[in-house]
Amino acid sequence: MAITREEVLHVARLARLAMSGDEADRLGGQLSAILDYVRQLDRLDTRDVVPTSHAIETGTPFRDDAVEPFGDREALLSNAPDRRDDCFRVPRIIED
Amino acid sequence: MAFETVIGLEVHAQLSTKSKIFCACPATFGAAPNENTCPVCTGMPGALPVLNRKAVEFTIRTALATSCAVQRRSVFARKNYFYPDLPKAYQISQYELPIALGGHVDIEVDGGTKRIGITRIHMEEDAGKLVHEGEFAGSQSSLADLNRCSVPLMEIVSEPDMRTPEEGGAYLRRLRDILVYLGVCDGNMEEGSFRCDANVSVRPVGQEAFGTKVELKNMNSFRNVEKALEYEIRRQVGEIGDGGKIVQETRLWDVNAGVTVSMRRKEEAHDYRYFPDPDLLPLVVDDSWVEELRATIPEMPAEKVARLGRRYGIPRYDAEILASSRALADFFEASAALYGGNPKTTANECVHWKDAVLAGTLSPETIAHAAEDRERGTISATASKKLVELVLSTGKPFRTLRDEQGLTQVSDTSALDAIVEKVIASSPKEVETYRAGKAGILSFFVGQVMKESRGKANPKVVQEVLKKRLGG
Amino acid sequence: MANVPVYEWSLLEAARAVREKRISSRELTGAILARIEALDPKVHAYITVLREAASAQAAACDEEQAKGTVRGPFHGVPIGLKDIFCTRGVRTTCGSRILHDFLPPYDACVTEKVLAAGAVVPGKQNMDEFAMGSSTETSFFGPTRNPWDLSRIPGGSSGGTAAAVAAAMCFAGVGTDTGGSIRQPASLCGVVGVKPTYGRVSRYGMVAFASSLDQAGPIARSVADAAALLGAIAGYDRRDSTCVDLPVPDYLAAVERPVKGLRVGLPKEYYEGGGLSADVRAAVERALKVLTDQGAEVVEVSLPHTEYALSTYYLIAPAEASSNLARYDGVRYGYRAEGATGLIEMMSRTRAEGFGDEVKRRVMIGTYALSAGYYEAFYGKAQKVRTLIRDDFTKAFKAVDVLLTPTAPTAAFRLGEKTGDPLTMYLSDIYTIPCNLAGIPGISVPCGVSADRLPVGAQLLADSFREETLFTAAGAIERALPWRRVAPVEG
Ligand SMILES: [Mg+2]
Ligand SMILES: [Zn+2]
Repeated sequence: MAITREEVLHVARLARLAMSGDEADRLGGQLSAILDYVRQLDRLDTRDVVPTSHAIETGTPFRDDAVEPFGDREALLSNAPDRRDDCFRVPRIIED
Repeated sequence: MAFETVIGLEVHAQLSTKSKIFCACPATFGAAPNENTCPVCTGMPGALPVLNRKAVEFTIRTALATSCAVQRRSVFARKNYFYPDLPKAYQISQYELPIALGGHVDIEVDGGTKRIGITRIHMEEDAGKLVHEGEFAGSQSSLADLNRCSVPLMEIVSEPDMRTPEEGGAYLRRLRDILVYLGVCDGNMEEGSFRCDANVSVRPVGQEAFGTKVELKNMNSFRNVEKALEYEIRRQVGEIGDGGKIVQETRLWDVNAGVTVSMRRKEEAHDYRYFPDPDLLPLVVDDSWVEELRATIPEMPAEKVARLGRRYGIPRYDAEILASSRALADFFEASAALYGGNPKTTANECVHWKDAVLAGTLSPETIAHAAEDRERGTISATASKKLVELVLSTGKPFRTLRDEQGLTQVSDTSALDAIVEKVIASSPKEVETYRAGKAGILSFFVGQVMKESRGKANPKVVQEVLKKRLGG
Repeated sequence: MANVPVYEWSLLEAARAVREKRISSRELTGAILARIEALDPKVHAYITVLREAASAQAAACDEEQAKGTVRGPFHGVPIGLKDIFCTRGVRTTCGSRILHDFLPPYDACVTEKVLAAGAVVPGKQNMDEFAMGSSTETSFFGPTRNPWDLSRIPGGSSGGTAAAVAAAMCFAGVGTDTGGSIRQPASLCGVVGVKPTYGRVSRYGMVAFASSLDQAGPIARSVADAAALLGAIAGYDRRDSTCVDLPVPDYLAAVERPVKGLRVGLPKEYYEGGGLSADVRAAVERALKVLTDQGAEVVEVSLPHTEYALSTYYLIAPAEASSNLARYDGVRYGYRAEGATGLIEMMSRTRAEGFGDEVKRRVMIGTYALSAGYYEAFYGKAQKVRTLIRDDFTKAFKAVDVLLTPTAPTAAFRLGEKTGDPLTMYLSDIYTIPCNLAGIPGISVPCGVSADRLPVGAQLLADSFREETLFTAAGAIERALPWRRVAPVEG
């Protein structure tokens, strides 16, 4: 199944990956090949099969509702590419 | 053409846990920016979530109090989208398999009861806060404070069962009362711990199919929800009346202008790519846990109002005030148990001293003594108020203060006779007026006697003695 | 041990020597750092060498020991970490430009455990970017070379760790395995690599690739070393919801147990395909002979869904990865593109410039497989087939104790040989992937050489939490087929 350039660009937008048309074409070819390959799964009848999300079958464990402050805000903030006061700064949000 | 409105409400309630839903950071308001964060809630590489048991218990209790079916197995999913207030670029939320399904809440409308269905309740984490530098339109940058990230939320989705803004308001108030009663949410709309989005559509009366729905956001009080709904219904009916069509969209309530405004539509539709979060296993809830929690569900507000009326014979109005808070109602019942007289007197005292009761500064003994002394006429209304205030300021027992202050009311007629004689003797003109048939002047004599007794006389008794002495 | 250079000692020998004060941690660490200095320019097994920090750690270990304190079983012994484990205040890149300058605010659980065992960390080891690759060629910091033949790849994604262990640039290391990333490079570098049962080792602080498949495990020059190191990093951690609360057995004690009576399964599907090279097949057959000679019993078994494992993996892993890697958006840490005028442009360019081709390819596949309209056909389908693959193993382990297969279809290939075609590269993991999908443990142990005199490994698989069985079988193979443990590094 061939994936169109538009589809590739749509997925790239969803994934927030800037992409040129040429790149989309090249990647489109590779993605098509991979998706063609994985389509072999269609040969299996899985109507009555329960999906596996985890290799573990127990329920999720819980933590008690106790506060343990991390205590090193500076270490969390110091990696920020752009920082103003004690916040992470990002360029303006253009909605269109 | 006559139109019918269809309203469904989605409530996001912040759960009153101490720590966040997936990490041990404090879930409290008001900390310095990013103070309440850690590697987990800031989405550091390699950090992993672990579920807060209390958040689950609070949600199960809410489900039980709203007659939902608690699901024995539910699943946390990832809702994927990019935004600077969402550090992992996905929100952990329940999607296909939520923790609770199919409940209801009963509201009072036009003297009757209406049942509003609850579709589902699920758990999720909150996002952070973005502050735009400068005016939003011209803003060059925004600042992200991640303190709220991963604060536990419960999303309660109603069925589209409401037909008027008033019903919407009644549902929200009832729901909030329930959450506050359960102690699972503080119910504060201004601070955002109880948030509401509305889905609203209109359709010609008699039409089966729903009209196109519009989602309303940004309403931070019950009153605003009602106003926004009223406006939006008028807008939709007007639009259709003018031959227009309703567009499916999200609109924001502009509280200052009193209108709803269309959010600019996104260029591409959202595709959240939900899938089960591989970092969390399914949430498994067994029967014994549910039963244990069921035992902790207190009487709900509506039941309480009915029971208070039945058991104590107090008016519905009083019962509603008392039941507006679990603490106040409990206090009333404790006071009424201490003083076996007329519960209405005790209820009056509780309502009058509501703030002090809720602040925890009064004991049921004080109210019981005040009610008893008032009813027996041992003290006057003025003296009673003064004494309770003294209890609050000094912390001394009510009756100790009463005796110390000499505020006991004189109800013994023989003790009053002398004062009454004196007042009658010194007011011959007024006596004549009274005897000429102006019964209204009796209050003048009562006032004089009260003055002479320095407030200690029981006005009721004084009235009777005067009437007898002056003749009728 | 007298005429063996210090750096060639086994992990357990080195630990014993320090404990018995026959050598100081400073000498041991110094020998490793010198070895790194001499060889790493050729091999490039390390992204970050921690010369000063390691020397200081060694000095502290010596001081403590003089006072009679021993931190743990590897007191003062250099153990390397794949650059996927967060190390507090020490750069952790995951082989990516997008994390080229990231200083974690915390230690991974594995880091904590390695340090608590007394180890000295000589550096952070090279890897395929975000562990996506089978050759360590996708690292932003350049490829690692196979110490047995520098023109060849070491395997991947834990290629830096496997190469460093093989070239004696550390006594052992900890890698991660999502679809073979420990076992395949261990096989190609002639060392032992263990992928433990899912949930055996905490994932806390290990940069996520595919959360439902990722596991950390040891890479070492002997089965005993690997068993001892797994014992130190395994165990319950309440910070990882998928970590299993089971006691950690004495793995070391399992290494010398007899294999008599052990039921060894040969899954026929692993030997049928055309991709398996003759020399690898011959080497694995030699390993089988070792086991049967010692009284193990051979059972032919079938894992009928094996042919679907690769497809299943290449849907599930990229789907999870597309979500796990979404956090690299230039907001809180790591690389950010310059000069973007708006938020969306900043994020999109940051990710386009910060990720390499293989990562982008997988993020694209994963995003596509989860997107509206495709979920059921791709991701949902793969999750169901995953169930079938797990069921195959469950059935097989009713009849056998351990499965014996090749680890990789061929010995190490040349740099650049497979970078042009992603699907060919993916086939390198064809024998290792089913194990991750099933969550069971696996080990690769050297069992011979290829026609080109390159190492070849045999893979053993056991049922969940039966790592001891793996150590027993691998120990028998290792003793019977002695292998020159340290690569000569000639180039
Ligand atoms: Mg929500
Ligand atoms: Zn936190």
